[in-house]
Formats: sequence, C-alpha cells, structure tokens
Amino acid sequence: MIKDLFSRVRQYKAKTVATPIFMVLEVLMEVLIPAIMAQIIDVGVATMDMKYILLMSALLILSALLSLLFGVMGAKFGSEAGAGFSTNLRHDLYCKVQEFSFSDIDKFSPSSLITRLTTDVQRVQQLFTMSIRMFVRSPMMLIFASIMAFRAGGILSLVFVIVLPILALGIGVMVKVTYSYFNAAFKGYDRFNQVVGENLSGIRTVKAYVREEKEKKKFADSAENIRYNFTKAQKMMAAMSPMMMFVSYGCMIAISYFGAKLVNVGRMDTGSLMSIFTYSGQILSSLMMSGMIVVMYTMSKPSMERIAEVLASESSMDENENGEKVVPDGSISFENVNFGYKEGSGVLKDINLEIKSGEMVGVIGTTGSGKTTLVSLIARLYDTSSGSVKVGGKDVREYNLKSLRDSVSVVLQKNTLFSGSVRENLQWGNEKASDDEIEKALDIASALSFIKEKEGVLDYHVEQGGANFSGGQRQRLCIARALLKSPKILIMDDSTSAVDTKTDRKIREALRRDVNSMTRIIISQRISSIEDADKIVIMNAGRIEDVGTHEELIERNAGYKNLFETQTKGRE
Amino acid sequence: MGKMKFGEKAKNPKATFLRLMKDVFEGRYLLIVLIVFCIILSAFSTTYSASFIGSFIDDVVIPLKGVENPDFTKALIYLGKFAVVVLISIAASFAVSYIMVGVAQKSIYDMRIKMFDKLESLPLSYFDKNARGSIMSRFANDTDTLNQLVANGLVQLLTAGMTLVMVLFSMAVNSWILLLVVIAFIFITLFVTGTIGKKSGAFFKAQQKALGDVNGYIEEMMNGQRVVKVFTHEEKCKEDFEVLNKKLEKTMAEANTWAGSMGPVNNNLGHLQYVVLVLVGAVAIIARPDIYTIGALAAFLQLSKSFSNNISQLSQQANNVLLALAGAERIYKLLDEEPEKDNGDVTIVRVKGEGDNIEECSERTGHWAWKVPEGDKSTLVPLKGGVVIDHVDFSYDGERTVLSDISLYAKPGQKIAFVGSTGAGKTTITNLLNRFYNIQKGIITIDGVDIKRIKLNDLRRSMAMVLQDTNLFTGTVKENIRYGRPQATDEDVIKAAKLANAHDFIMMMKDGYDTVLTNNGENLSQGQRQLLSIARAAIADPPIMVLDEATSSIDTYTETLVQSGMDKLMENRTVFVIAHRLSTVRNSNAIMVLENGRIIERGDHEDLLKAKGVYYSLYTGKTELS
Repeated sequence: MIKDLFSRVRQYKAKTVATPIFMVLEVLMEVLIPAIMAQIIDVGVATMDMKYILLMSALLILSALLSLLFGVMGAKFGSEAGAGFSTNLRHDLYCKVQEFSFSDIDKFSPSSLITRLTTDVQRVQQLFTMSIRMFVRSPMMLIFASIMAFRAGGILSLVFVIVLPILALGIGVMVKVTYSYFNAAFKGYDRFNQVVGENLSGIRTVKAYVREEKEKKKFADSAENIRYNFTKAQKMMAAMSPMMMFVSYGCMIAISYFGAKLVNVGRMDTGSLMSIFTYSGQILSSLMMSGMIVVMYTMSKPSMERIAEVLASESSMDENENGEKVVPDGSISFENVNFGYKEGSGVLKDINLEIKSGEMVGVIGTTGSGKTTLVSLIARLYDTSSGSVKVGGKDVREYNLKSLRDSVSVVLQKNTLFSGSVRENLQWGNEKASDDEIEKALDIASALSFIKEKEGVLDYHVEQGGANFSGGQRQRLCIARALLKSPKILIMDDSTSAVDTKTDRKIREALRRDVNSMTRIIISQRISSIEDADKIVIMNAGRIEDVGTHEELIERNAGYKNLFETQTKGRE
Repeated sequence: MGKMKFGEKAKNPKATFLRLMKDVFEGRYLLIVLIVFCIILSAFSTTYSASFIGSFIDDVVIPLKGVENPDFTKALIYLGKFAVVVLISIAASFAVSYIMVGVAQKSIYDMRIKMFDKLESLPLSYFDKNARGSIMSRFANDTDTLNQLVANGLVQLLTAGMTLVMVLFSMAVNSWILLLVVIAFIFITLFVTGTIGKKSGAFFKAQQKALGDVNGYIEEMMNGQRVVKVFTHEEKCKEDFEVLNKKLEKTMAEANTWAGSMGPVNNNLGHLQYVVLVLVGAVAIIARPDIYTIGALAAFLQLSKSFSNNISQLSQQANNVLLALAGAERIYKLLDEEPEKDNGDVTIVRVKGEGDNIEECSERTGHWAWKVPEGDKSTLVPLKGGVVIDHVDFSYDGERTVLSDISLYAKPGQKIAFVGSTGAGKTTITNLLNRFYNIQKGIITIDGVDIKRIKLNDLRRSMAMVLQDTNLFTGTVKENIRYGRPQATDEDVIKAAKLANAHDFIMMMKDGYDTVLTNNGENLSQGQRQLLSIARAAIADPPIMVLDEATSSIDTYTETLVQSGMDKLMENRTVFVIAHRLSTVRNSNAIMVLENGRIIERGDHEDLLKAKGVYYSLYTGKTELS
C-alpha cells in the first residue's frame, strides 16, 4: 500500500531523493559543529592560541553557513516534493473517480470520496513531507552523534549504549498505548461533528418537536467520549517529557562523573566533555523524533488506506474503448433483462420491451418500482445482471461507452448545475455549441424566457448547485443541456416534476415539433405528461405490468384508470 | 488537529484572555498556586543545570586534572546536589503537565457543553444568518486550539518566560560583556525570523485560498459526478481540476519552503552567536585570566543556548496563544448570543372531566388543557387547536416587510390551505405560529390564549410540522419516527408508519425498523424520507398540524395510497397546508391565496373558482407559480 502511494511522486523523484541527502549533509554539519567547538576550547582557549581560535572560528562559521544552506535546500526540496506528491495523489484520485461507474460511485458515496480527496490527502502529504525530511535525518543524527560522542568520549559513550535501548522501549510502549486512545478519540470526533452537523441542518425539526434536551444529552455523550480518551492519551503523553528529562539528566550525571575521572587521568579534555553533553542532547532528541514519526505514521494509516482503496479499485465497468463508435438509430430493446444493485436483490425482473426509433415512450409507476433503474440501463449507467439491452440493434456493451453516452442523453432525477455561467453549463451538452444553438435548446425547454430576463443572459452566473434558480427553472435548464447533445435517445427522469402543467405541456409540444426524430423516454408521475406518448409502460415492483397507449390502458388497466381519474379531478 | 488559520488574530486579546482564565481556573485557586510553584521549580532547575556544567568543570574537573590519587567525594557531592535538583524539577514538570491535561480537557468539555446548550437555545434567525460551516468550526477547530492553549501553551509560555528571567539573571552575574553579545543577537534573531515569518505568512494565506478552491471544486464535482458521467465530461473536468491543483502545488511549495527554512536559520544564528561568544570569551580569558575562566565561559555558553531556546519557544507560543485567543473570541461570540425569548407562563397540563368541568390530573387521559395563571389562581382552557391570526405584520430584518396585515382564523378541526408563489410568505406564516420567529405587530392566539404567553416548549408541543426538506438523524428508523414522541412504544411506531404508508418500504430494508440511517438517510429517496416525516408527525399526535409541501416529493401514485392515511392524520386536527399541487388543497375549509405577503383571495375551492381570480387561473393552468 505504502509503496503504491509513494510511487506516485513520479517527476518529483529527484527532489524526493535530494531532500534526505541534504538533510544528511545538514546533520553532518550539525555533528561537526560541536566537535569544532570542542577543539576551540580544548586547544585554542586552553593554549590561548588566538590564531588557532580564529582559524577554527572561521571553520565553524563556514560549517554553520553550509548547514544553513543544506537546511534551506532540504526545506525547499522537501516542500516541493511534498506539494508535488500531494498534487499527483489528488490528480490520480480525481482521474480514478472519473473512470468510476455509477455503481462505484454508489459504493463509495460522494461524501466519502470528498473526504478522501481532501482531508485524507492533506494528512498523507504531511506524513510524506515529514518522512522525507525526518525519516532519514533522525536515524542519521542518532548514528552520527553516537559516533562523534564515541570519538570524543571513548568508553564514556557506553552510557548511551545502556540508556538508549531502555528509552526506545519506553517510548515504544507509550506510543502503542496512547495510539489506541487517540484513535478512539478521533472516532469520537466523527460522532461529535455528526451531532453538531445534524443539529444545524435539522434545527427546525429539533425545535418543532422540542427535542433540545435529548439532543443535548446526545451531544454531551459524544463530548464526554472525546474528553475521556484524550485525557487518558495526553496524561500518558505528559509522562513522556519527564521521562526524557530523567534519562537525559541521568546521562548528564553519569557522563559528568566518569568524565571527571577521565579528565583526571588525562584521557579526555574539558572541551570534549562539553561536546559530549551536546551530543547527548542530539541523540536523545533524534530518538524522540523517530518516535514521533512512528506516531504520525500510525495516525495517518487510516487515511492512507482509504486513499489506496480508491486507487486500487478497478472500474466495475469495461468502457470498451475499441467498441463500435456509431449508434445507427434510436431503437431500444430489452431482452429478458434482470438487474440488481447488489447481488441477489432483484430490482428489475424479466424485462422485455421494444421501442422503435423516434418513438415517444412514457414510464409510470410507484416509488421504488424500478422506473429509474430501467432507463439507467439504456445509457449503460449500470450493466444488466442477465439478459441484454440493445440500442440501434446492438448490445450496449458492444459500443464504445463514450459514444454510447453521447448518443443517449439522460436528464437525471437528482440533477446538478455547476457554478459558472449559463453558457458554460449548457455547453456541457456540446462544447462547441453556438449562442444560437444554445438559445434554440433553451427555447425548446421553455427556459429562454426567464434566462432572457437575467442580467447578461447567457453570461448570467449560476451558483453552485444552481441555487439561484427555482426548482422548475433548474429542471428546464437541465433539459436544455441534454438537448444540446443532439442525442439519438433522450431520457427524462421525472424532469418536469417542479414545472407547472402548462409549461410542461409546452415543453412536450416543442419536443414533438422540433426533435421528433429523437427517441424520447419520459418518466413521470403525472399522466398528463405522458398521455400522448406512443406507448406507456407501467412499472410495478420491478416488472413491467402493462404496455399500451393511453386509450388502451384506460380501457383495460384499472389502476391506471383510477390514477388518471384522481389526477384529472382538478381539471374538469 | 484543527486547521491553522493564518493572519486571524484576536481583536481584543486581553479581555478574551481574562475571561478564558476565569472560565478555566475559577474555583481552582489552589491548583493555580500549585502550578505556579511547580513552574518556578522547573525554571529554576533548568537554569541551575545550565550553569551546573560550568561550575562542575571549574570546581571539580580542572582542579583534579592530573592529580594523583584523586578524591572524588567533591564530585559526588556536586552530582548528588544536582541529582536532587533535577529530580525535583522532573517531578514538578510532570505534575504540571499531568494536572493541566485534566484541567484542559475538562474545561474544553465544559465549554463545548455550554456552546451546544446555547446553540439549542438560539432563535432560528441565528441559523439563517450564520453559515453552517463556520458554526461547525467553532465546535471542532476553535475548541481544539483552545485545548492546545490551556494544556500546553500557557504552561510553556510561563515556563519559558520564567526561565528566561532566571537565565538572564545568571548570565548577567556571570559576565555582562558576553550578555551584551547575547542581547545583540536577540535583536538580529527577532528581525530575521520576523521577516521570514511575514513572507511565509503571506504565502500561507495564498495556500489556504488555493486549498479552499481545490477542496470546493472537489466537493462540487463529487456531488455532481453522476452528471459528469452522463455527459461524458470526464476529460474536461480533469483539465479544469488540473489548473486548480497546479496552482495549489505552487503556493504550497512556496509557503512550506519559507516555513521550513525557519528552523535552520534559527539554528545557525545560534551557532553564529556561539562563535562570537567564544571569540569574545577567549579574548577576555587571555586578557584577564584572573577574572574569566574556561568554566565560566562554558557555563555562559550553556546558558546562552538555553536562552535562545527559550526565546524561540516564547515567540512561537506567543503566536499560538494569539491564534487560540482568536478562536476563543469566536466561541465567546457564540456564547454571548441572545437566546430565544421565552417569557411564557401558560403551560399544557393533562386534564380529566368533560366540558367546563375539567381539572388537572397526572394520569394519561388523552385530554389536555392550557393552564393560564392569573394572579395566584389559574384557569384551565381546553386544548382544542383553534387558531386566530389577527392583523399580523412581520419582517425578518426589521426593514423589508414579508407579511402585512394577515388576518385569518381556523376553528378546531378545520383545514386551512395557503397557495402562492415562492416568497409569497406561506411558510413564514406557519413559522410564526410556533414562534420560530416573533411577530412585530398584531396578535396570534390558540384557543384564545396569546401565543406570546405560552411557554415555548408547550406551544411547540401543541403542533407538529412536516416540512418539505426532511431531516433525519443518525440512528435507527424506529428512533427517527419516535422523534415525534420519545415515549412512544414500538407498536405506536409501526402504527404511525403504516398510517404514512412507510411500513412496506421499511420492512424491505435490511434490518427493518432497526436499520440505521446515516447522513440524513442517504439511501432513501426524497419521497421515502417524506413518508418517514409524516409518520413522525403522526406519532406526535398534536391538535395542530402544519404540512409544508409535505407530499411534494411523493409521486402521485404513492400519494393516492398515502391519501387515506393523510385523511386520518388530519381528522380532528386543525391543519395548515401549503402545497404546490392544487389537488392537495382543494378540499380545505378555506384557501388563502398569498401574493407579496398579503392575502389577496380567500374562500373555499368552489368560492374561489366562482370568483374567477388568481386561484381560478392557477387551477385551470392559465398561469404558473414560480
């Protein structure tokens, strides 16, 4: 998993490799500097050799400048590699999602995809940048500082050999214990945010049903959960720094005592003794840092897993790149089609249906009867479980998917407009559409009149989700957008539910007049929207209950007749 | 945790800080004394240990150099003393952080509870005015930074400050010439880090903006991904995304480069300082070996290192404190919001008896009354649900009038419908009934009692609302239906679900009534959610019901099935209906046609058709509602 994620540094590989190299160089300077300092004191100051002091000082300054240079270069390359890596990661994720089929999107759900592309990527980037800068630096520091300490102090550095493993073990245990608490606390945060979020969006419901007290209880539970786990974890962490202090002061005392003995017998100089103190500080802090990296790694692991899951998932639909590119006509046939979103759940059963090119077909039925699913199969939004859906005489799987979808235009029930101008939104249907063509489509969808009233007309800004249009206006814009594709087949899934009956009729008449060669499939709750269709399909519990013209159905289908009567009562 | 907010500093840090301290430490005075004492101890031992090495070298190591049969007792005494000081310091710093963790977490918890209690008490206008995202970040991010402040920031700030003073003192005692060097370096350091900080701050702002753009785009496109697929727009989306993504990369690399340079720069300034100190010290030792010693120089070097560590600690913490205070300020702003006014003294009570002969009782009778206190006594008014709206004017902002001169009445059990365009004021009227908003002029009464006199909770218990947008809460289907009446039994829940025609689809779900709904019931269709909402209202069983586009997302086929249930639901209740679909309103006792906040037509279906006005043309499809 990590290998897969980190392989996405691609063009930033050089920078990624350069960063730790610069960090190592910086570390070299960092451990060199105390040694020079020791020389200054032991040789220079002790012998009062001013020339030597100046020489060594110059060397020290040079080292400091080099260390600065390496440090800044490390920061620069590290940041660039980190930013580049996260950019690639985001890019790969985004492209992967573009390949997703409808069922993949259903599986992950948009909200979870958003988390993966935003929060998770940011967290992994932090880990990455930290890793390439510190992952090599800290162990290197540990090793170099130990070597230098050994050089300066000889057997004195045995102190570290004894102390380090004990300390490492201590840190390890602590990290492990606190991790479980931190993890629990972070999970608690999800619930916490959920309660607050639901209360914000549902405040009217909460107040209307006077549920404030119950909600407060819910909230208090989630807040208490966070408090409990964080207190546990942080109390444990609170012991960390005293422990470090204990060890480092312990080292200091031991070094002082044995160091004094060594100096006494002339096996060591005071300057070296002081440099060992510096090295002991470096050794301990790099050990601490290594521990931190482990903590960060474990904390970002769930994020890495979530990202890897998206990247690893293969699109469940074969796009058939080499498939047929031309859809000859708009005829559709369903042959013994069965379908379920999950295995074993039958949403559509034994569907057989013939639609001729250019026909207008109405689909009606209760919520959950499978209307939307039925039409989804035509544009191959989903693949059938068994049986075959044919468009233009060929199974939909034989076409290049893009060509198929360019010929089958679906106005979805849950439709979306995007932030941008009206023109940009409509050009989703056809990138090259001229203003004339756009206006023509708007006119058919009965949307031209209200767009003309807007400031800037086609340049008028559409807010995210089309929030600055009413529901009916949004629907009409979506129909116009679909028309611009000049498809062979146009599918409207309850696309005029928020449009009043009069406008609805106008749209249908325009469709009949201007685009009558298109096969049109209209799902509607209103019989008035489909009564003049060439055939009407009644769906019931995943099966086709009846197919016929309005007159035929009134004649033979009691349910249909009943519905028609309830709906037309208002129009006598 | 929480996202860093750059450039957002507190406006009134002092007052906010004092208030925060009061909230955190009030009643914990003994603790404060203990903590300050511990901090002083640990600052002292830091200083002591910094100068320890110097004196150890001067007093013990050097005199013993080359001595035969040396006596190490003095060394042991020195080290022993040192060990004691160190142990005390460790104990002190452990105590401080251990105590503060508990204090911080408890006060954050208390703060969150206070915030949520306040949130639940705020009037709807607050939620209209404040974006959901910004309130969310009050709860999550701002309280988190506060935690950082209380648990670490304060202690570190105090420790660093105190250590600084002590170290400065020791340095001054040790050598004032070297101290001058250190002071000069403080100014250099502050200048350099200040410059870098400013630079990186600006880039971080740009980065936050770019990140916001990318995340915003991702959110919009992920939610519209199905449309992208249908229009085979994938390639174009990739291109658009690439532009934003590249921009983010650039600003991010720059911002982090500057921020990452801070460490090396500070570090090497320290080295530079070291060189200057050594040079000056060496000159001093050579010139006056009687006053200056190697040990003293060593001690000073150690002190200066501790000094610059604490300076950078202090500046870093000071910045964090200001950020946290900005968060605290936002939290206090929420806590200082004016809650919903509730001066009502009229309550709902259970009653038994018939007609005028009713009396309060505690057992369930299914009968209720308004208990209206008058002086010492109180009268009981049977709860029937008769509503009178009398010459009511209303405005959300005090400027633009939304409703003017609305008068209407509904006798108990009557059905009143509102018809009109979006923005005509239909929903607003129903929101005045349960006092989601308060009227500016006129009076509204229920069973003759002014609603301003009724306790808010009791007023709202007397009516149920089914809104166009259904809000479901994370929890089981059962819990969601029971939302209308927490004490309802499982049988009640099923009965209500059957009435709303929701039973069948609920039974088809994985765990039936125990299926857990998440994310506002994301796997349900809009229509199914409305059915649950109707069930919820049914179980609440109040005398007044408001149906605001309650069946707008239910297909007419299903609606005919729900219809009998709806009829039963409306039986013996005063009902206010808002509907686009005129077939839903035609059998109302009275229909009010609204336009621009005024009632322009009223009467029952037949009357209005005969009048051949707006309603007539709507009904016959001559005009459309927008």
